[in-house]
Amino acid sequence: MRGLAKAFGDVRALGGVDLEVRTGTVLGLLGPNGAGKTTLVRVLATLLTPDSGTATVVGLDVVADAAALRHQIGLAGQYAAVDENLTGLENLTMVGRLYGASRSQAKVRGRELLERFDLVDSGGRVTSTYSGGMRRRLDLAAALVAKPPVLFLDEPTTGLDPRSRIGLWETIEGLVAEGTTVLLTTQYLDEADRLADSIAVIDHGQVIAQGTSDELKDRVGGERVEVSLEDAADAPAAIRALEPMAEGEVTSRDATVIVPVRSRRGVLVEAVKLLSASEVGIEDVNIRRPTLDDVFLSLTGHAAEEPPEAQEKVQAA
Amino acid sequence: MRRLVTDTMIIAERNLIRLPRRPELLLAFTVQPVMFTLLFRYVFGGAIDTGGIPYVEYLIPGIVVQTIAFGGFVTALGLNDDVHKGLIDRFRSLPMARPAVLAGRTLADVATNALTIVVLVVTGVIVGFSFATGVLSVIAGFGLLLLIGYAFSWVFAFAGLVASTPESAQSVGFIVIFPLTFISSAFVPPATMPEPLRWFAGVNPFTIMVDAMRALWTGAPAHNDVWGAVAWVIGILVVFAPLAVARYRRATGG
Repeated sequence: MRGLAKAFGDVRALGGVDLEVRTGTVLGLLGPNGAGKTTLVRVLATLLTPDSGTATVVGLDVVADAAALRHQIGLAGQYAAVDENLTGLENLTMVGRLYGASRSQAKVRGRELLERFDLVDSGGRVTSTYSGGMRRRLDLAAALVAKPPVLFLDEPTTGLDPRSRIGLWETIEGLVAEGTTVLLTTQYLDEADRLADSIAVIDHGQVIAQGTSDELKDRVGGERVEVSLEDAADAPAAIRALEPMAEGEVTSRDATVIVPVRSRRGVLVEAVKLLSASEVGIEDVNIRRPTLDDVFLSLTGHAAEEPPEAQEKVQAA
Repeated sequence: MRRLVTDTMIIAERNLIRLPRRPELLLAFTVQPVMFTLLFRYVFGGAIDTGGIPYVEYLIPGIVVQTIAFGGFVTALGLNDDVHKGLIDRFRSLPMARPAVLAGRTLADVATNALTIVVLVVTGVIVGFSFATGVLSVIAGFGLLLLIGYAFSWVFAFAGLVASTPESAQSVGFIVIFPLTFISSAFVPPATMPEPLRWFAGVNPFTIMVDAMRALWTGAPAHNDVWGAVAWVIGILVVFAPLAVARYRRATGG
């Protein structure tokens, strides 16, 4: 996609986005609520027309070739878009027939998907009786009815319990292993970290960073030693003690002191030595790479899961 | 074109499968009209002078038009719900014919309207209504009713897509259509109304539709009302179907 822009009235949801996803990989769009992630997915899934810029998916233009493109994509949304008054199988059969399959073909495919998504037992029940996790699985199954090469997942695990989340992640990994290209939006850093081959960080309708999870972490800096103190009051003393070994500024948050270092070699021992010399009690010491949280914080100046600044899903007026 | 027909049938089927699973809606189609018929027939009926014709003969064509005009409210509720649940997003991401979601929805209304008409007419006959015209006229009356219901389904489809909540979609129907049906010849002869209302009732399309039904079922003088009614119905369709489809193309969830 090149220079994609979309505004809703005065709200500029997308301000010129350039992105590329390689076939068979997962691109994670990471950003807080209102960053423009959903708008971007809606443009690519032919639900919204961009104000300017172009985008192609599997070589098809999202505006000019929209009708042909709809055969190639599957969309699973933030709101599990299944009909609550239909059964799981009826939902999948309906979607299959709307893709152009015959009733019997659609039913066969529906049963196949119910099996794959562990919904066989509940396939005959109306979906209003389903749990949140079951609905998401059915929603994802509906997106896969036509075996699309490209899948758009808009915050697929928002609001799910941890077990359902991990289950859904495994499913998505399975699809990617089969060659599906996935564009995934999420506000969860661990989700992007786990699923995405490449991550684009979006804020205020703009891509502010792109790369693999590791590349992004490298941009924030290398390793850091994290020391948990027995007593938060010792933090100033600990900072002073650790400054000689630090590559940059030593910071603290409550009882945790963070020391950027050049390499992992010997740093743990050195930290413990320095701290015991100044008689600061330690609860735990470890080396860790920066998390995507650190990345987000340093790129945007605010944490990833801030309350929304602009309403992302403005009704097209 | 073939896609449009197939997709429309799939969506209509979806809406009809849902119906028995929503008993409260089914009651709205069956018990509610019966209740109103009985109330008007036995509570108000004795006090309304319809100039020599028994009130039940006057009432049935009126109440059947009023009821059928409201038959499409499930379309407003259903579409509004679909928009908010993200189902419209799913449909719009599928390679299906664009107007099919609305065409299927309104087609399903035709089936439920037919059910309502049968329930109402049977109730009417039990409380004393009888057809006074030939078979062809009676059948034409049923046809006109289905057409009226279909046209109003598109009005409700538009309302359902425009409204922000299902409640407001429904209230549009009640605030706009309810008074329209009462300030007409549906329940009382307009001659008894104060001058401004009488004037309004005279030009109200509901008066024209109700008078057309009276002509077709009870043989009351038609004054070209049958063709007038058909013209109104087609007019409503021609305005609201494209409006609703245009709105659907831009519909967004959330």
